Amino acid sequence: MDTSRRDFIRVLTGLGVTASLGGVGAARADSGLLPGYPNQFGVLVDTTVCIGCRRCEWACKEWNKLPNQKTLREYERDQSVFQKIRRTHDDTYTVVNRFENPRDASKPIYVKKQCMHCYEPGCASSCFVKAFTKRPIGPVTYDASLCVGCRYCMAACPFDIPAYQYYNPWTPEVTKCTFCFDRISLEGQIPACVSICPVETMTFGKRTELIDLARKKIRDNPGRYVNHVYGENEVGGTSWLYLSAVPFEKIGFRTDLGNVPIPTMSKPFLSLVSPVFIVVPALAMGFYSFKKRRDQIEKDELKKALEKKEAK
Amino acid sequence: MDSAPATMKLESSWVQDKLFLGMTWNDYLRSQFTKFNAVVAIILLVGIPVIIYRLVFGLGPSTNLSDNNPWGIWIGFDMLCGVALAAGGFVIGTAVHIFGMKEYSFLFRPAVLTGFLGYLFAIIALTFDLGRYYRLPYPMFVSWGVTSVLFLVAWHVALYLSCQFVEWCPAIFEWLNMKKARKIFIKATLGATIFGVCLSMLHQSALGSIFLLMPEKLHPLWYSDYIPLFFFMSAVVGGIAMTIMESSLSHRIFSKQIKNHDPEHLDRVTLGLGKAASVTLFAYFFMKVIGLAHGNTWAYLDSSYGYLYLVEVLGFVLAPALIFMYAVQNNLVNWVRNCAIFTVLGIIFNRLNHSIIAFNWHLPLDERYYPHWMEVVLSVTVITIGILTFQWIMNRMPILYEHPDYEPENH
Repeated sequence: MDTSRRDFIRVLTGLGVTASLGGVGAARADSGLLPGYPNQFGVLVDTTVCIGCRRCEWACKEWNKLPNQKTLREYERDQSVFQKIRRTHDDTYTVVNRFENPRDASKPIYVKKQCMHCYEPGCASSCFVKAFTKRPIGPVTYDASLCVGCRYCMAACPFDIPAYQYYNPWTPEVTKCTFCFDRISLEGQIPACVSICPVETMTFGKRTELIDLARKKIRDNPGRYVNHVYGENEVGGTSWLYLSAVPFEKIGFRTDLGNVPIPTMSKPFLSLVSPVFIVVPALAMGFYSFKKRRDQIEKDELKKALEKKEAK
Repeated sequence: MDSAPATMKLESSWVQDKLFLGMTWNDYLRSQFTKFNAVVAIILLVGIPVIIYRLVFGLGPSTNLSDNNPWGIWIGFDMLCGVALAAGGFVIGTAVHIFGMKEYSFLFRPAVLTGFLGYLFAIIALTFDLGRYYRLPYPMFVSWGVTSVLFLVAWHVALYLSCQFVEWCPAIFEWLNMKKARKIFIKATLGATIFGVCLSMLHQSALGSIFLLMPEKLHPLWYSDYIPLFFFMSAVVGGIAMTIMESSLSHRIFSKQIKNHDPEHLDRVTLGLGKAASVTLFAYFFMKVIGLAHGNTWAYLDSSYGYLYLVEVLGFVLAPALIFMYAVQNNLVNWVRNCAIFTVLGIIFNRLNHSIIAFNWHLPLDERYYPHWMEVVLSVTVITIGILTFQWIMNRMPILYEHPDYEPENH
């Protein structure tokens, strides 16, 4: 995580310095409770709008130069892919899945799936070479030049997003959506998938504003949406947000993830590391000295007894 | 295998003496034609090409790993079970060198050797699982991902391997007849043991803590805030059980090496280990029950995964705890030995449950993982090479017996 600000606060808290600084009392809060980078971008996906044209899939492949690309027409025509629920793979950073609409069977629901770009990414905290970075503007990016290929990130992702180039024998990489980091770093640019969408399913903007927009949409259209913005609080919040007409578990989302950021799960354990190195050697040396002294006393007493016997 | 007669030793060169057990090259070669080695040869004939195939063609064609199932038996069996069952070195080291339980001291060297090789070959197996195995030292020298539990595992396993090497060094230097070097390492044993205890406590529990990041993938019966403690406690059990198994096997297979072998002493010590195993298993069992209460996951017990969990906890934890207790009370040494085997199987079952069987339990059956035959063959091959290395060292170094030229180690 590129969290220099938070690391700074974490270090201060760890040293107990914050208390003496006065005024910055809020900084004493656990870093997990901080609301994330203030200016990060996000995307609001309105699943009630999507028509399942799969142009976003095409645009994603085109921009990221992924293998197995087909023509845009083929993407639009090919409906057979919807027969199975798909996930991301090493040649696909995003997929659109089709779900039955429990309200109106004639209008299936299409849901785009890609990396959610968590506030506190599980992948980043799991990586033992720090190959993942949460950028201040939102994207979680991956640096293949560090990756050892342990694939812990894939196991640690609650959304099952990172994929692996299993068929690349020498230089396999983890692959996932980049939130078009190269594009959105530039002023006025938006992600490839957002820009190609013909029906404005996706809205790109400041995440805080997107939350407001989502709330407004729910408020202004009674009955159109369930009263939940998926990603607002899930696993501590994600940059990508979703609106839905039906409960989210009906359209392929996991609603059992909770609101605790994934990295928080292993924090209590990691905080035990230094104490063990201080407490255990002390105890062990204590036991050892105790044992040694006991042996010495035993020896001395035996010696004394023998001397007494000899003296007689 | 016997050592060569003394007359021949005088004439023989260093190579003959140290490497060929005092035999000539031809004699040595002839002595290698055994049934055991024939089996080994067949395994290696199949296994080594599989290893090469994995390295040349990659993980895709040689494993059943997928984007949903990034980890298979190379992690779940080779790494998790290998490290847990190699805990004997640390358990016996603590008992002998820190608590001063001298009657167990003859178990220290074999336990350390088993531990060292266990870790070494777990790491070797792991390298085949890594996509870019040639970057294995990256977490040490290139980029530090300090938020990762795996970072802790990588460092601690590497450091602990060095600790065990230090503990093993006296035997190497006795074999090479280097008195001064041996003395230095004897002195270092206590420090290495204490450092090793810290490292073991942390990385054994860290191997479980890896799963803390996957509350949505690991079945709630196995996912617990107590995973670190569970993994540590079961590793202690695994270490004790493996020491019981290993000592009874080596004293049978390499019995010729031990001149004043006292089977009664071994039996007494085995009973002592059985008692320790029983106590630890009971504690582990009660912790497991507390884990159920803490997570409030009782309701899951009445499901197919629940029955599996009950088989693990009642069948492979509570049952061996009771059997060990009964056997120790009635001096049934062979019961203790057989129960140790059973306990080891239980630990393997537990680790596979965490990493494979109860992992990704929410996925439909056709998306679940089962090992490819090459994954199995590669694992068997690595273990076989490990056993060969163990045998090679046992035949040469003073592991089971005290070297006649040296006084026993004291610090």
